[in-house]
Amino acid sequence: MQVYLKVWRQQTKASRGHFADYSIADVSPDMSFLEMLDLLNDRLIRQGERPIEFDHDCREGICGQCGVMINGRAHGPLPNTTTCQLHMRTFADGSTIYVEPFRADAFPIKCDLKVDRSAFDRIIQVGGYVSASTGEAPEANSIPIGHATAEAAFDAAACIGCGACVATCKNSSGALFTAAKIVHLALLPQGKIEARQRVVRMVAQMDREGFGHCSNTEACQVECPQEISVLHIARMNWEYNRALLS
Amino acid sequence: MLDAKIPDGQLEEKWSRYRSTAKLVSPANRKKFRIAVVGTGLAGSSLAASLGELGYAVVCFSFHDTARRAHSVAAQGGVNACKNYKNDGDTIFRMFYDTIKGGDFRAREANVYRLAECSANLIDQAVAQGVPFAREYSGYLSNRSFGGVQVSRTFYARGQTGQQLLLGAYQALMRQVEAGTVQLFTRHEFLDLVVIDGQARGVIARNMDTGAIERHGAHAVVLATGGFGKIYYLSTLAMACNASAIWRAHKRGAFFANPSWTQIHPTCLPQSGEYQSKLTLMSESLRNDGRIWVPKRVDEKRNPGEIPEAERDYYLERRYPSFGNLAPRDISSRAAKERIDAGYGVGPLKNAVYLDFSKAIGEQGLAKIQEKYGNLFRMYEKITAISAYKEPMRISPAAHFSMGGLWVDYELMTTIPGLYAVGEANFADHGANRLGANSLLQACADGYFVAPYTIPNYLAAQKAGPIDATHLAFAEAEENAQSHLQRLQNINGSTPTDDFHKALGRILYDKCGLSRSQDGLKKAIAEIRSLSEQFHSDLRVPGNSELNTELEKAGRVADYLEVGELMCYDALTREESCGAHFREEYQTPDGEAARNDKDFAFTSAWEWTGAGKEPIWHKEQLRFEFVTPSLRSYK
Repeated sequence: MQVYLKVWRQQTKASRGHFADYSIADVSPDMSFLEMLDLLNDRLIRQGERPIEFDHDCREGICGQCGVMINGRAHGPLPNTTTCQLHMRTFADGSTIYVEPFRADAFPIKCDLKVDRSAFDRIIQVGGYVSASTGEAPEANSIPIGHATAEAAFDAAACIGCGACVATCKNSSGALFTAAKIVHLALLPQGKIEARQRVVRMVAQMDREGFGHCSNTEACQVECPQEISVLHIARMNWEYNRALLS
Repeated sequence: MLDAKIPDGQLEEKWSRYRSTAKLVSPANRKKFRIAVVGTGLAGSSLAASLGELGYAVVCFSFHDTARRAHSVAAQGGVNACKNYKNDGDTIFRMFYDTIKGGDFRAREANVYRLAECSANLIDQAVAQGVPFAREYSGYLSNRSFGGVQVSRTFYARGQTGQQLLLGAYQALMRQVEAGTVQLFTRHEFLDLVVIDGQARGVIARNMDTGAIERHGAHAVVLATGGFGKIYYLSTLAMACNASAIWRAHKRGAFFANPSWTQIHPTCLPQSGEYQSKLTLMSESLRNDGRIWVPKRVDEKRNPGEIPEAERDYYLERRYPSFGNLAPRDISSRAAKERIDAGYGVGPLKNAVYLDFSKAIGEQGLAKIQEKYGNLFRMYEKITAISAYKEPMRISPAAHFSMGGLWVDYELMTTIPGLYAVGEANFADHGANRLGANSLLQACADGYFVAPYTIPNYLAAQKAGPIDATHLAFAEAEENAQSHLQRLQNINGSTPTDDFHKALGRILYDKCGLSRSQDGLKKAIAEIRSLSEQFHSDLRVPGNSELNTELEKAGRVADYLEVGELMCYDALTREESCGAHFREEYQTPDGEAARNDKDFAFTSAWEWTGAGKEPIWHKEQLRFEFVTPSLRSYK
């Protein structure tokens, strides 16, 4: 199949970016979107041009490294899918496809489609853990956790840290990412002891990183590859208010 | 003969005896010792966090933009631990025996026993961190059985066990970053090891965003850089998985053990075209309910649903009636290759076999199968646009795990004093074939429970205080790394790196993959040499020396070309079949691996002698004091 691409090119964080036009005539519908970019890069290299820089690694939807805006949607036209799991059969023959980096103040562009998502690390760093040093752990079954609680904690813990929630949000809010970790740990008995200081510190760091506020548009949930629910944001707010009151 | 420094005494006493007598570093002195940990997968993160908690000054490097992306994240099925929660007779010894048998009696007894010993603690540690393992309705931990064993010892968090364990370790690491004990350098790749007076004393690293080359002094260096199955290009691994750190350490004097032992995983998606970059793994747990078959007719044209039962060959059930579809990975993969090579493969390229759930759906109902495997079926449909509820999956073997790696002794130290290798980067625990759900375990055991004891035993005899990064050895290593990158950029040829990587992968798949022969391996060595010459004369690396993915790839493939040659040497010299290593000349009349304990009960450890020169072959004799190697039969 034939596709026409308009890809955001920007050599460095400081330089001025632009859309560049590419056309590929021999795309297989079974290619993943990233394999289509591989093919384009192969051509660019042979022509002596600088290939397009983009983030990717596991190519099976779990590492959270890939992610671009495709026709204005984070990870492309399918809901709840990473870019690496999007296949070209999703597009019509002859399509024009816009490819842009995830855009957010907290995710500065490094080069072309690569962005810096280290703000997420710094949010985790201030409290996204249970302080259990190696060797301190009690026997695992001495902490029984109900099936439903364990499953709910897993639903939150499944976040892959890709940043689609931020990219798709009109406010560039980091609320879904931050809430997922806060709720994962707050639901479990192991995480309850530090729950109050954790939520206060992580929310403060989220604000410092320049993420916008959540205005409950619920757009994040539509794009999240792990289908993480916006209800976690409500739970985070509840945890936050409780922490301030006590 | 290499000495692994295994402690004396009974099997169950060795590790506790070691811990009781290992030297310690006093708490006040720990911050004066700097330890460099390269890699932030499960082994690297867990070790860096644990050393930070002890009070050492840790510098930790990851080539990813965050520590959480390492490929441990992709492990699906679970992690083994002999908790005996099911009261089904599991013990440390039984787990030890299953692992050593699964490895076809080519692993070290003492290491494997220690692995089983540490397994119970790992589950405790992970639960304390908040890892959301599956639970029974009672609130207690759930577990299941996994390929090749008869007890339930596999703990899991849906199909994302690796992700959840890694996030636990990553969070522990970030806690230490906040505490200031660990300095984390993301987007940094290891370029070279600095050796001073025979001891590891630091690393040369490159900032992949700016291109800046940096010197980092350390009293001990740990490589936790994972496996190198990506050398086959098409594999279950992530795109950037590489052998570069361990290979460059090898060129500085660390021996490389059993490099050719690569696990080829039986249940992966087949290749569908030349453009393909990855063969996605479908969890082995699918084999608990899926039946594997191919048509009995070579020229079968019908859709799978139209082929009657009598015309299907359930070849695993036929050849291995007692284990059937749950035969271990090496055996299942080889049996699939045998059918595909004989012309019975299915799919447009006739390179796959069917994994069929229709019987399980009929017996257990659609809802039950959905509950067990829903996420895997969804993933399969996303990639192939085929619903496995309606027609069988098409699967095929793909390169997956490196049993080989840097040779390490009982303390996980390489042949360079002060240089350690942990997790998949070392060769230590899995012999010639790894059992399912043992890789997460090994990474965690090494990182949380073994290396934090063994590294201090070395540091205790070292002088504390700053390392002089202006030493000539640092300058030489930096110059070496710099000129290597420059050389690759200066070739200015016409062919992109990926072409060479794909060509190397094809050579290795054909001649040093599921089956090997003397003739094929000799040809492979010649082909790799000629490919390497082409690489060094016709490579094209566009772009500058700053952020440049093509430059990173070129560095990795340059190393892979050398690793590939060593793999072939290793396979050529091991004139027996064992585990994943199947030499066509050494098989039983019914086509099974014929192991030769009399002549080959040893680990091969290779010493680098220079580019284009034959490596020196060292051996570590494997002594079986506590178990007797038996014929590994799953019939």
